[in-house]
Amino acid sequence: MFAYIIRRILAAAVLLLVVSAVTFAIFFLLPRLAGETVDQLATQYIGKNPSPDAIAAVKKNLGLDQPLYTQYWNFLKGLVSGAEYKFGPEPATCHVPCFGYSFKNHLEVWPELSKRIPVTLSLAIGAATLWLVSGVATGVVSALRPRSIFDRISMGIALAGVSLPVFFTGALLLTVFSYEWPILDNLQYVNFTDDPLMWARNLILPWISLAFLYSALYARLTRAGMLETMSEDYIRTARAKGLAERKVVTRHGLRAALTPIVTIFGMDLGLLLGGALITEQVFSLQGVGQFAVQAISDNDLPKILGTTLLAAFFIVLCNLVVDLLYAAVDPRVRLS
Amino acid sequence: MTELQKTPARAAAPAGGGEPYLSVRDLRIHFDTDDGLVRSVDGVSFDLAKGRTLGIVGESGSGKSVTSLGIMGLHRSKRARITGEIRLDGEDLVAAGPDRVRELRGREMAMIFQDPLTAMHPYYTVGQQIVEAYRVHHPQATKKQARARAVEMLDRVGIPQPDRRVDDYPHQFSGGMRQRAMIAMALVNDPSLLIADEPTTALDVTVQAQILDLIRDLQEEFGSAVIIITHDLGVVAELADDILVMYGGKCVERGPAETLFDSPEHPYTWGLLGSMPRLDRELQERLVPVKGTPPSLINVPSGCAFHPRCPYAALTGGRSTEETPGLTEVAPGHHAACHLALSERHRIFTEEIAPRL
Repeated sequence: MFAYIIRRILAAAVLLLVVSAVTFAIFFLLPRLAGETVDQLATQYIGKNPSPDAIAAVKKNLGLDQPLYTQYWNFLKGLVSGAEYKFGPEPATCHVPCFGYSFKNHLEVWPELSKRIPVTLSLAIGAATLWLVSGVATGVVSALRPRSIFDRISMGIALAGVSLPVFFTGALLLTVFSYEWPILDNLQYVNFTDDPLMWARNLILPWISLAFLYSALYARLTRAGMLETMSEDYIRTARAKGLAERKVVTRHGLRAALTPIVTIFGMDLGLLLGGALITEQVFSLQGVGQFAVQAISDNDLPKILGTTLLAAFFIVLCNLVVDLLYAAVDPRVRLS
Repeated sequence: MTELQKTPARAAAPAGGGEPYLSVRDLRIHFDTDDGLVRSVDGVSFDLAKGRTLGIVGESGSGKSVTSLGIMGLHRSKRARITGEIRLDGEDLVAAGPDRVRELRGREMAMIFQDPLTAMHPYYTVGQQIVEAYRVHHPQATKKQARARAVEMLDRVGIPQPDRRVDDYPHQFSGGMRQRAMIAMALVNDPSLLIADEPTTALDVTVQAQILDLIRDLQEEFGSAVIIITHDLGVVAELADDILVMYGGKCVERGPAETLFDSPEHPYTWGLLGSMPRLDRELQERLVPVKGTPPSLINVPSGCAFHPRCPYAALTGGRSTEETPGLTEVAPGHHAACHLALSERHRIFTEEIAPRL
């Protein structure tokens, strides 16, 4: 078990390194291959029509004139130990983890980016809890009474949920609850630590609209998984022991049906933590997704790079957690 | 029809003497499906006393497994229609509520399944699963007592180092070990009725005999009634006191094991015996299969369900296609459902069948 954990963590670290190298190459190598010169890259830091001296200074200070592998190495070093930039008149410190400097507002990327994390985290965790509970519960009940009225209605709703995009359900919820009947108006993100009640109140609509989409998917997944496990031989064995049906379903059926759900849940949560773009947009939440959209429209390479790496980090982290959970859940994984 | 229902009741006297522990009368289990009514079990009767072993033999789809699941109350489908009587120690399980049957399940009657790998939950240790089976019916037992009981049972079924193996998962056991663990789990509450549904089919040939020996030894020790369901006549020859041959959801022949092997009455039983490899007889050129396929349980052939495959159907003067044969007693305790005249049957058996067996 211990060796398994170590192996998984090492694999996750290697994966992150590969992702960072690929991302770095996409942002710094591809433009060059496409014909962009280092001068043009440096120009983006200074503004229009800069003097050749200024360009040279930027190139030197940011290390843009060095070979790409050196730049990548410095980038990695910056991530773990920070960096010093002589940018402008004063030397500036880029603190750990240093994702570099933004072209646009001449600020370190990380502090800007990290401010957005709690927003996205709150959105993702809240929605995930909601959809996991509602989706799995619906799926289980549907599977136990296949083709019943409950099954048909909930699977119908699930189909709608999968088909309706967040910018529709979100806008609908906003129209109804913020404008027509202003029960939940003036939605501003409030830190959980400042006011947990307001935090929840202001996030409930985004949670619902995001969770609706996912819980539909999870309900269908759980239903399919439960239908399959409930026809397994070991379920018949459990019944043959004389176990109460409730225990047969939870201890024997759900336990096995949940394994694939856990896998997909890890992926989904990881993806969301990298920014729930549409939901953040619809509800004007200043999360990681909005940050990424802004960075892309500004063509702000270091910001885009930072967001990409953060998103990759969350996905790798969630998958690591899933792998470890898997080992805890399924004894066969541990030993192979 | 009345004739048909009366005969099995009269004919099914307890074979081992004394009150039968399990008594099944005219059991019918039908399933409503979109394709029609499936008559999985259609009027089966038998008695079984404690300490005796009944072998139920038949092809796949003959209704032998559904019979056993019906006794256990495990034919879990809202579309199942079950009629007749299943008396366990005098109590009718068909009339009893599902909760009552659940109480008896695992305590008074237990079951061993075909494939011990899929029949055990992969996520729980063997010990946890046995402990669970014990504690359902012994809620007052502590975890420690239950665990001690699990170790004791594993030891009883011949698993070496039971105190260590109790914490292993099913996939860490070999096939034979798993079936032993399955048996330990089934016997943990000292059930009076043990149903073994093809207990050796999924096992290595070398292990099969060990498992059968184990079942026999444990039966002697616990004095329980055993039903062994199989398509393998070799297995019943080894274990069973009485044999019940099923075809198309019905019992076509029933009797003491020795009688049934020495003087089988039903052409289907002849077919089964002819298709069984025997080492104690002269080598045949080929085993003779029963021609054709098992009947559909939705459109069961009219008259005798076996008539489309029966080589002697023509000798009944058309009765086999029109009239359902009832079980009749041909010798004490030996019943068969066949339209062929007794003398005709005996002639065919001695002249054509016996030399080939």
